[in-house]
Amino acid sequence: MTTVAHGPTLLEHFEHGLDAPICLTWELTYACNLTCAHCLSSSGRRDPRELTTEQCEEVIDELQRMQVFYVNIGGGEPTIRPDFWHLLRYAVDHQVGVKFSTNGVRIDREKAELLASTDYVDVQVSLDGATAEVNDRVRGPGSYATALRALGHLRDAGFRDAKISVVCTRENVDQLDQLKALADEYGATLRLTRLRPSGRGVDVWDDLHPRPEQQRTIYDWLVAHGEGVLTGDSFFHLSAFGPADGSGALPGLNLCGAGRVVCLIDPVGDVYACPFAIHDSFLAGNVLDDGGFAKVWRESALFAELRSPQTSGACTSCQHFDSCRGGCMAAKFFTGLPLDGPDPECVQGYGESALSTERTVPLPSVDHSRPTAVRQQPVLLQLTRRTDLVAPPLSACAESPLAGFRG
Amino acid sequence: MACAACTEVLDESWGLTPSVELRPEPFGALAYHFGNRRLTFLKTRQLVAVVRGLDEAPDVRSALAAGGVAEREWPAYVAALRNLAATDMIRPIAAAAGEGR
Ligand code: SF4
Ligand code: SF4
Repeated sequence: MTTVAHGPTLLEHFEHGLDAPICLTWELTYACNLTCAHCLSSSGRRDPRELTTEQCEEVIDELQRMQVFYVNIGGGEPTIRPDFWHLLRYAVDHQVGVKFSTNGVRIDREKAELLASTDYVDVQVSLDGATAEVNDRVRGPGSYATALRALGHLRDAGFRDAKISVVCTRENVDQLDQLKALADEYGATLRLTRLRPSGRGVDVWDDLHPRPEQQRTIYDWLVAHGEGVLTGDSFFHLSAFGPADGSGALPGLNLCGAGRVVCLIDPVGDVYACPFAIHDSFLAGNVLDDGGFAKVWRESALFAELRSPQTSGACTSCQHFDSCRGGCMAAKFFTGLPLDGPDPECVQGYGESALSTERTVPLPSVDHSRPTAVRQQPVLLQLTRRTDLVAPPLSACAESPLAGFRG
Repeated sequence: MACAACTEVLDESWGLTPSVELRPEPFGALAYHFGNRRLTFLKTRQLVAVVRGLDEAPDVRSALAAGGVAEREWPAYVAALRNLAATDMIRPIAAAAGEGR
């Protein structure tokens, strides 16, 4: 970064919003071959209103005019859209670079070669464990093998520097070294992101989000690996583990960029403040109905509000506020915590106490999950004993005179 | 006043890397390198003017002068340009003969 700077800081400019987003995610379809337990967009079924090929091309034309340099394409599983490869080419030909996330299902040898021969494309293969056992429990049976097969094809085709994208959970935090080794083996870069209670994630967040001591493990691991591991800036709330002078902050933009530098275009053209905030409360407009993406980005009332000075409630007095900034808006919203207070995973422990108070978790407003369970759907429920029971429950017709007395 | 390393750069001819695009922003500009996919911020408009002027200027010294940068700020600007060069946003086009001054 340059040292020549006067006036408002870069951070302040980001808080007021830029003319175009820096980190734009575009989900091309809600259809997906998998049914991951923590899917941030509750994907499964295609939405009949999804943008047509022509409408997608118009969005790309507009992104080119706005000089959005690259777009993060996701879904659902974007590659199962029949026009995916066409749109990829179209974007690259219009100076819009593409990073896309995939579970690997359509990355065969031929597609890997196509990708290796195309400039300005970055591929991110999702994997949520270093072993099939850990990964498949969340992402579904066979998904580990699918991802590794795709990574193998990419490596063999000479695709340089693919990403392995891992959502950190309680179950895979112990595998960080193994995941790094796996990435090295495939000539890929490891990318770790935070599990947020978004989409179907809300149902499993309590059971899967890293425990407090594991948060510390993640932070230490990130500090030790520095710029060699990518995070999409998603762990900035953990910067508060560092000293109060901010010297332990993780690299990246330490702020919530929702609606300021971050946003999402969903498969039907709805524009949300952040890919982790698919909810009516964060819907800014629609690229078809509201005069195009640029207009929504620059003029929507919701974004104007997100870019105006925010109050930080209980966090204001925290000595770590400058590096943590109260954490993630989506994580607070979907756990029913006030947006102007601590993150549910606040490293000072304020989140946990907030979670234990009376709160109402918002109902989802968009859900494309398949209505009935499908074959291979991950089931995270486990049958366990109630820990408060010391003996079988007392039956109403128990005849023993000692029934109900503990032995 | 300026160190030798700085004077050297001043005499060189630099330019924007071909696969880099600048996007104007209220604070200055975003620079994006399509090849190495790096994003960098040019934090002042004056720096943007200098960077944009590099291609036309015969050397860095002229680009700084044309951008209206006061001479005492040149070392800071040279440092900023070196930072940009470290991620290949800009690059020396051809080292000037360096006749010395
Ligand atoms: S809401 Fe959370 S995920 Fe979205 S930009 Fe803010 S911090 Fe990041
Ligand atoms: S109190 Fe707020 S600012 Fe401080 S560490 Fe917790 S979430 Fe971050």
